[in-house]
Amino acid sequence: MHPVAEKYLRKEALPFIFCPGCGHGTVVNAFLRAVDELGIMEELALFGGIGCASWSPVYINTDVLHTLHGRAIPVATGLKLANPGRKVVVFTGDGDCVGIGGNHFLHAARRNIDMTVIMMDNQVYGMTGGQVAPTTRTEARTQTSPYGNPEPPIDACAVAVSCGATYVARWTSAHPRELARAIKEAMTHKGFSFIDVVDQCPTQAGRYTHGTGDPVKLLKIIKNMSIPLARAQKMPPEELKGKILVGKIHEDGAQPELTDMIYALMEKGKAR
Amino acid sequence: MKKIVIDEIYCKGCKLCIDQCPKNVFENSSKRNPKGYLVPDVARAEDCIACLLCEMICPDMAITVEVVDDEKGS
Repeated sequence: MHPVAEKYLRKEALPFIFCPGCGHGTVVNAFLRAVDELGIMEELALFGGIGCASWSPVYINTDVLHTLHGRAIPVATGLKLANPGRKVVVFTGDGDCVGIGGNHFLHAARRNIDMTVIMMDNQVYGMTGGQVAPTTRTEARTQTSPYGNPEPPIDACAVAVSCGATYVARWTSAHPRELARAIKEAMTHKGFSFIDVVDQCPTQAGRYTHGTGDPVKLLKIIKNMSIPLARAQKMPPEELKGKILVGKIHEDGAQPELTDMIYALMEKGKAR
Repeated sequence: MKKIVIDEIYCKGCKLCIDQCPKNVFENSSKRNPKGYLVPDVARAEDCIACLLCEMICPDMAITVEVVDDEKGS
């Protein structure tokens, strides 16, 4: 076992529940590396909703709250307001974040509260059996869309930017080094930071949507679909259809942060 | 010299490390761990350049690459 894992994981909870080759494990790996480099393990408070992705903080040996489906962000907001010294990180899946908990996501971004949301986006509801998710691509076949998904997918990063999130990035499980760097940046950023991590689900999305359950082939598909933002800006829009644009999408450190605003308001109220 | 250790208890045999390694250090094997997964074989550890891609891609954090500094002075 890797020394970083040895240091930060709960041995009694291992191994991970993830299927062999699941991208969520790579995201936990990148997260632990970022935490190790920053040395902020003692300040962390981790949150998860329901789903495969939301299960990942449970393995990390620090304060973890496992909440209702989609409701990790409001619980995290509460903890951050009560104890602003904590570094709050929410692990969530695509269905958990923009499907069931979509409303909470919009408002946390709007409030610009200091927390990091890591959305592991495998384009399917994996744990419950492979149902169509809000991020499932058009015409993708899943268990509940056997003739192809008629709906267009949601672009969570665009939603976050439009609602006022101050750090937004997208990476994939095929870019573990860049992902660890982005997580580090997001955790040091003051304000609402959101990282969309596109990863592979060999068991559900892999077998039904892409026609293969082989994680190696799925990682290649993701890698071939990814285009760095700098290169994408020089490409015509029709070539970018269906591609994953990776990189730092938005950063703005000048916006007021909710916890600061509320504590300033409290001081103002006391002075009256 | 590089020492590559795959933890057989935690490896789930997804073979992502075999695919990711730019130097083709890992090899498919028929060695099974207690759970029945096929654990890759470290066939060419001397070719390793310690890029750590296998470590970072491993979804179960089962791989450790150690740089053993015994080449100094030789």
